[in-house]
Amino acid sequence: MLRDVEARVISNTRLSPDYNVIALAAPEIAEATQPGQFVMVKSARSADPLLRRPFSVFEVLRSNNRVEGLTLLSKRIGVTTKILYDAVAGDRIACLGPLGRPFEIVDPPVEAWMVAGGVGLAPFATLGEALLARGTKTTLFYGARTGAELFYLDWFQSRGIRLVLATEDGLTGDRGRVTVPLERELRELESRTPSPESRSQVMIYACGPEPMLEAVAHVAAKFRRPSQVSVERTMGCGMGGCYSCVIPVRGEAGSERTRPPHYVRSCIAGPVFRGEDVVWD
Amino acid sequence: MGLADLSVQIGALTLKNPLIAASGCFGYGVEYTEAVDLSTLGGVAVKGLFLKPREGHPPERIVETPSGMLNAIGLQGIGVHRFIDEKLPELRRLRATVIVNICGSTLDEYVELARILSDAEGVAALELNISCPNIKEGGITFGCSLHGTFDVVSAVKKVTALPIIPKLTPNVTDVASFARASEDAGADAVSLVNTFLAMAIDVETRRPELSNIVGGLSGPAIRPIAVRMVYECRRAVKIPVIGMGGIASARDALEFIIAGADAVQVGTANFVDPFIWQKLLDGITEYMRRHNISRIGDLVGTIDTTSREKEWISS
Repeated sequence: MLRDVEARVISNTRLSPDYNVIALAAPEIAEATQPGQFVMVKSARSADPLLRRPFSVFEVLRSNNRVEGLTLLSKRIGVTTKILYDAVAGDRIACLGPLGRPFEIVDPPVEAWMVAGGVGLAPFATLGEALLARGTKTTLFYGARTGAELFYLDWFQSRGIRLVLATEDGLTGDRGRVTVPLERELRELESRTPSPESRSQVMIYACGPEPMLEAVAHVAAKFRRPSQVSVERTMGCGMGGCYSCVIPVRGEAGSERTRPPHYVRSCIAGPVFRGEDVVWD
Repeated sequence: MGLADLSVQIGALTLKNPLIAASGCFGYGVEYTEAVDLSTLGGVAVKGLFLKPREGHPPERIVETPSGMLNAIGLQGIGVHRFIDEKLPELRRLRATVIVNICGSTLDEYVELARILSDAEGVAALELNISCPNIKEGGITFGCSLHGTFDVVSAVKKVTALPIIPKLTPNVTDVASFARASEDAGADAVSLVNTFLAMAIDVETRRPELSNIVGGLSGPAIRPIAVRMVYECRRAVKIPVIGMGGIASARDALEFIIAGADAVQVGTANFVDPFIWQKLLDGITEYMRRHNISRIGDLVGTIDTTSREKEWISS
């Protein structure tokens, strides 16, 4: 159920000069959130900025089996992300959600490969937990500019998620974009199971900058693997009211039908799309 | 004192209260059912419809500016036939008072849309979009000419018994004369203002923020100008005036009503807070109780412009 909560800031952890994880006391929203869904947030104390901004729910916070709230992973780039970065415990953040179409979660024997670029790590904590709860073997491919911008590695590793890292400076993991190790492992998988019948199944999940999503969708298609990408476009309302966050797709959302390219609202038809449905620029 | 009477008369149509969701800011209404019971609204003005589906402009379609936003969506929409087949049955089921906003490239298209919608079940009124600043063809060319406004209103009036409400642009020198042209042509009400033509530039890249280069400014930034325009129109016409422009609270809605609006539309604020409607209704009711006003109609246009300085000057 949709709710708007003036959530108290429980804590705010600055991970780097740009990145932070802010914990918000919005248990009703957290409880209802499925992996890949998002919330629209703004300061509850100021009308500037006017519009809310979308954030994937990063973690659902639990204590003694009770849901306490949710966290957002944020990178400081604009006014709202600066408010989130500077917030202190006790501040109030208006939080509307949960919103959007979640990821489709795969079951064994299908494997899950999550591909994150930078702040695109955000939806993969809840998705990873949901996959593991079903016993799905899960890998996180995670790329950033430098090793200092790779966060929560222990969090994923301690839960049994295999990590494959890439940095642009090459000091941690592969040198280059996260699609470098992704493509290598897809090729290795192909060579291990050459016959179509014995082909092991993989679902690729991706979140990050749009050029990265395009590259992931392209690599996935090249190796004939399905993908789900979580996009972010400039969003006004998050509810389907304003028609600002549109993205061109050719598929009919949620079905096998195809149509000529047309704009759909990424807030309600997405933010999760099949990689092959999106018409990349 | 009994329950406050919030009802508003627009031609033959009675709205149960003066709060209308503004066209272009509320999708087709059905998107908002998790936030608001549509039957509790005075009206739902659905997203502007052409005869045929339209894709609209490429992104970027919006950008935030101080206390407001620019948009150039380009009237993306499903067209009137899919609206009647896919959205109207749901709106009927939800018992929404549906005001269909129609857009044409030619006078004949407005007439055709009015004919089609007059035959559809569950349409309460037509709002004529002659004021969208974001598309080249039609619409605004009618809305920026007194003859064009008169012609489109009278042509539509001939083919429908539905109340018709031309939506006026503020991008003219004298908006009141357009209200008068609408009234002369037989409009049942006028709604104003649509957005102000505006633009914003990213100085680092020197590129316009919107793909369409220019767009329409809405939000609290425009409210004082919109209030002034509603005030001018109230003095120019007898038909109901539906005011809008940056309303974000009950106080703002009351400001428009006191300036002369019989009803108000809320757009941008619904993006920020889709739960705003009950807060607006509660705030207006509370104000009426505090000021001992039993009918909202009794508040319309009650602005007191008598000078308080008189005695001091004469003494």
